Amino acid sequence: MVVETAEKIFADLADPQTINNDKKDSWQAPLWLALSEAGLPLSWVPDDLGGSGASLADGFALLNAAGRFAVAVPLAETMLAGWLLAQAKIASPEGEMTVLPASPKDRLTMDADGALSGRCRGVPFAKAAKHFAVLAHGKDGVSIALVDASKGRIESGLNVGYDHSDTVTFDKVQPITIKPAPKRFDQTTLMLVGGVARSLQIAGALEAMLDISVRYSNERVAFEKKISKFQAVQHNLARLAGESAAALAAATSAADAIANAKSFDDEVYLEAASAKIRCAEAAEKGGGIAHQVHGAIGFTNEHILHRYSLRALAWRDDFGSESHWAVELGKLVAKRGADELWPLVASR
Amino acid sequence: MTAALRFDPIRLPEKCEQLRKEVRAFLAEEIAAGTFDPHKPNREDTDAPEFSRRVGAKGWLGMTWPKKYGGQERSFLERYVVTEEMRVANAPTRRFFVADRQSGPVLLKYAPEHIKMDILPRICRGEICFAIGMSEPNSGSDLFAAKTRATRTDGGYLINGTKIWTSSAHIADYMIAIFRTSPPTKENRRHGLTQFLVKMKQPGIKVNPIGQITGQYEFNEVVFTDFFVPEDHVLGEVDGAWKQATSELAYERSGPERFLETYYVLTELVRAVGPNPDTRSAEGIGRLVAQLHTMRRMSVSVAGMLQAGKEPVVEASIVKDIGTVWEQQLPHRVRDLAAFVEETATNRETLERQLDFAIKTAPKLTIQGGTTEVLRGIIARGLGLR
Repeated sequence: MVVETAEKIFADLADPQTINNDKKDSWQAPLWLALSEAGLPLSWVPDDLGGSGASLADGFALLNAAGRFAVAVPLAETMLAGWLLAQAKIASPEGEMTVLPASPKDRLTMDADGALSGRCRGVPFAKAAKHFAVLAHGKDGVSIALVDASKGRIESGLNVGYDHSDTVTFDKVQPITIKPAPKRFDQTTLMLVGGVARSLQIAGALEAMLDISVRYSNERVAFEKKISKFQAVQHNLARLAGESAAALAAATSAADAIANAKSFDDEVYLEAASAKIRCAEAAEKGGGIAHQVHGAIGFTNEHILHRYSLRALAWRDDFGSESHWAVELGKLVAKRGADELWPLVASR
Repeated sequence: MTAALRFDPIRLPEKCEQLRKEVRAFLAEEIAAGTFDPHKPNREDTDAPEFSRRVGAKGWLGMTWPKKYGGQERSFLERYVVTEEMRVANAPTRRFFVADRQSGPVLLKYAPEHIKMDILPRICRGEICFAIGMSEPNSGSDLFAAKTRATRTDGGYLINGTKIWTSSAHIADYMIAIFRTSPPTKENRRHGLTQFLVKMKQPGIKVNPIGQITGQYEFNEVVFTDFFVPEDHVLGEVDGAWKQATSELAYERSGPERFLETYYVLTELVRAVGPNPDTRSAEGIGRLVAQLHTMRRMSVSVAGMLQAGKEPVVEASIVKDIGTVWEQQLPHRVRDLAAFVEETATNRETLERQLDFAIKTAPKLTIQGGTTEVLRGIIARGLGLR
């Protein structure tokens, strides 16, 4: 149900061509309003904490659909923020939110009187957010906090996909609410879930890129025939289908693993880290082919391809890049030892 | 969406994990008994008929087939587990692998009952070995250019011509081959080929081994001279083999053997770098493991679709395309990373020996059982481009 509702809203209010033609961003407010009225930004927040209480699985499927439309409002970010707050039983407010930190490299600290300090780079949609959901380290462990966005200093920036990706600095900021995180919940947990969210968005964008590239190749004529009839083009599109399929398989498998996880053990880590690594690789390879098939028209700002291709590339950077996760996964594999690699891969 | 490719997250059911334990225990016993060396990848050199019988006795051959033919009526997912554990252990499977994966299912579908009753139980017992007679000297990827003739004679057919690149023909008891029974028609160049069951090791068949760049003699030229095949050895429709060939490809193309062929070098690399790898090694290993994990998820997903009675031909072709390209590149990526392994690593020689063999093996992986180019053509057709 969640996905069908979302797809209808995206089709009505987030059509990539309409958005691309709209130079004044007048599509943003109606889209956000419709999503909010349907309760989608707070999908992962239980009813008693102000949300609509959808399952993790449904929420991940919703993000995959959002990727298919290259949705550029803080839907994923608000969902993740609501989910993070709910881990500490903190109710979610209305309106746009985002999560901090959004990179495994950044770290926020909480001092003895609960004030938060530190700097987070590459925070998606920080400028659009009314509240931040924050994970911070204190001397007694990890805490989760709800913070009024106006309390942070924001240096605004854009990612490679032209979406806001900002630097947020806290200097002894007092949160609205702060509570201890559950046992064994740490920044890595947040990064893994955030990374899987991005993986599903990338997979969705690749599905759409495959679709529009196939369609274009069946329309465009060169050398007196449709370019889809050239074997070189066919084989490129077959490779794009492979990259799209790999991204989808990795992302949906990781989403399923997290949705059914009793704890974040090595098997879940393998799933989530692999999804981010493989989807990021697919964003590069697959997006490159989509552009190659389109030729010069795909390089213009009036064509919709870049809405997908550049966003897919930008999403690689959030919640740990593929390089980061590859190093971490490699360390995990090495620590477990050579003879434990296959049992890990074949664990489910 | 024009291309609704699906790779649902299929999980292996609980009973598969029990089976996996049994297979691992069995393989550990075989290794301990000296049947094979898991660190020695050139298992193709090892013909292990006794091992084959012991695998059969376990009920792990023809596991998905009906019980009346010696099968176990178990699921494709269970067969998947047996296949991947054997492959990862470098077990000597050549004697039974083709029969179990491919030939048995063809016989199940197209052979007359008395032949099924005769042959299938022997496959299940691990007693007989199969080869596949597809390629000819002037017909490789272009299967339908095959010229080896099957001419009508009293009670059957006389075969004349040559098959080539036929793996295991020198030890095989049977071959399933396609021969030309009629010329192609103007409307359909695929018309005129018929699938036959051929009993090997008989007069009229000459098997000539062909040396490979790995140093092995694993494939062959098979010459037929007035070789008689009885009428009841025709499999399926006369002149209609082209209708039968394609739907079986999903079984053949999506299994774990399509990305695990050189897996052993990755295990050995992890052993060589030890528990505290430098950043470069960790990053390289992490990427390879993520890619491996993703392919296995895709492959298990296809197995799940097969179990559900679907024919995921395009998805299976994608698995083989990505999987074989990956297993082909793997030894080279491992070599890159191994360049900085400490001289003191205890398994250095093992890794070097394995890399030597894997690098020589690699070129065939994107050729055998359907080239990359053929696969991408099938995928393109599935996308509506052809």
